[in-house]
Amino acid sequence: MNPQELLYWVRGTGLQIAAAVFVLGMSYRILHLLLLGRSKSLAIPRGSEWGPGLRTMWRRSVVLPELSARGKFTLVSGYVFHLGFFVTLLFLSQHIALFRAALGVSWPALPRSAIDISAILSIAALIAVLAHRLVDPVKRLLSDYQDYLAWALTFLPLLSGFMLLRGIGFDYATLLTLHILSVELLLIAAPFTKLAHMFSTFAARWYNGAIAGFKGVQA
Amino acid sequence: MEDHDTLEHRLAEQGISRRAFLKFCAAMASLMALPPGSANAIAAALAQAKRPSAIWLSFQECTGCTESLTRSHSPTLESLIFDMISLDYHHTLQAASGFAAEKSRDDAMRENYGKYLLLVDGSIPTGDGGVYSAIAGRTNLDMLEEAAKGAAAIVAVGTCASFGGIPMASPNPTGAVPVSDLVKDKPIINISGCPPIPAVITGVLAHYLTFGELPALDELGRPKAFYGETIHDRCYRRPFYDKGKFAKTFDDEGARNGWCLFELGCKGPTTHNACATTKWNGGAGFPIEAGHGCIGCSEPGFWDAGSFYTPLSAPTADVATVAGIAAAAGAGAAVALSAMDRARKKRAQQAHEKLTVKDL
Repeated sequence: MNPQELLYWVRGTGLQIAAAVFVLGMSYRILHLLLLGRSKSLAIPRGSEWGPGLRTMWRRSVVLPELSARGKFTLVSGYVFHLGFFVTLLFLSQHIALFRAALGVSWPALPRSAIDISAILSIAALIAVLAHRLVDPVKRLLSDYQDYLAWALTFLPLLSGFMLLRGIGFDYATLLTLHILSVELLLIAAPFTKLAHMFSTFAARWYNGAIAGFKGVQA
Repeated sequence: MEDHDTLEHRLAEQGISRRAFLKFCAAMASLMALPPGSANAIAAALAQAKRPSAIWLSFQECTGCTESLTRSHSPTLESLIFDMISLDYHHTLQAASGFAAEKSRDDAMRENYGKYLLLVDGSIPTGDGGVYSAIAGRTNLDMLEEAAKGAAAIVAVGTCASFGGIPMASPNPTGAVPVSDLVKDKPIINISGCPPIPAVITGVLAHYLTFGELPALDELGRPKAFYGETIHDRCYRRPFYDKGKFAKTFDDEGARNGWCLFELGCKGPTTHNACATTKWNGGAGFPIEAGHGCIGCSEPGFWDAGSFYTPLSAPTADVATVAGIAAAAGAGAAVALSAMDRARKKRAQQAHEKLTVKDL
């Protein structure tokens, strides 16, 4: 298989396999989670579930004044990474061309300078959270191989994509192949690792708030 | 006594001055990224070069390569250099036909055994013993094997001879293969392109005549001097790519402003060739200057690498349908397994026996 054939494969069959695993795995996990159901509580509810549930979804996503400096670092770096990642994913014109070709929908792109900034911020934030995870004794103790795997699977597409746009290191075909392959690895691993939080995180937050609401405590 | 069979003498006969000849040598040296001083070496070597015998075999091809080489630059120095090799056999260009043509090939091969240059354009069909293409009753396969034995080096002209090209494209009914799949014991240089750039073959010939060996090649056997960079690397529209300014259709404002053609399927970023610098038709332009993206014709398998109009960042297969089926399968599996879980829970509840005082 020469480099051109490999590129064609990752853009075609490889992407089909990755998309199939990702969508199948994610749809199974989300629906299975929802269908688990909850046993009917026989206690008399002391408050509503929906209000506190939605409130917690929001509150867990903002910087709280009572957070320690360490907590703020995690939250701010998390925000910078996630925003940078999604801006780069959704507003680079090459990515929009992909969505247009695959799904038939498109939207205006951001200027390349804005994408460069979002990608650099996102990469820097990822490096910062890894450093923090390695340096902070509590975080290091709590981390297992999955945390480092999820980090690497997220970092590689960003790094290879940035190298591709800037023409760093290898020729275009090699970098494009590596970039698409790294995205495919991310897609394949996502439903089976902590990366599945991309869908489950808000359900979990709502659930925490809803329990508090039911018990009548502040969410 | 002056040798009248040298290149310099023949050029002079055709009204090409020494000055024009030196300019050509300097251009060739610079085109092949050789040191400045090598222009003189090229001039000295070419001026004294005797006409080396060249045999041109045309197999599964469209004659586009020959059209490109003989016409595009005519009547410039490049084409004259091309004339200056002793082209002893070429279907399209030779006057002889039939038995006489085949005899001239046999004679040239015998007289110059081990020294002649073998130029091949077109792929070679190998299916069913190679019966799909034959010349003078002999299969291409047979003719190539015989001619390759006495060749000093082989030049595969065009993408078909270099990488199989269109005849080898799926489903490849004739079992077509490139020269390099069949000949393993001779130096082979691939001058890919559909067709290749005329200056590239004259450059390679000039290099061969000057240094007596083939120029440095990349991993696909192509001369690095011409195939070392991509079209994208040297494209005059590159600044628009870097700024993210793309034409979305062939007649929108972006297209009129000369913006990057990436989103219209340009394969320039993954295509190694010299079109953007050497250009075509005597330097008039190249496809991207005419408003059409590069189709990647100098790369292996270009005909099967997806639509010419699909952006490189877009899938080459139907991902949406596959994802739809996967979503349905995932949902179905979740519903089925949840139903099984609930049924098991219900059975467990029904089977549960309450603790009574008697048990205690």
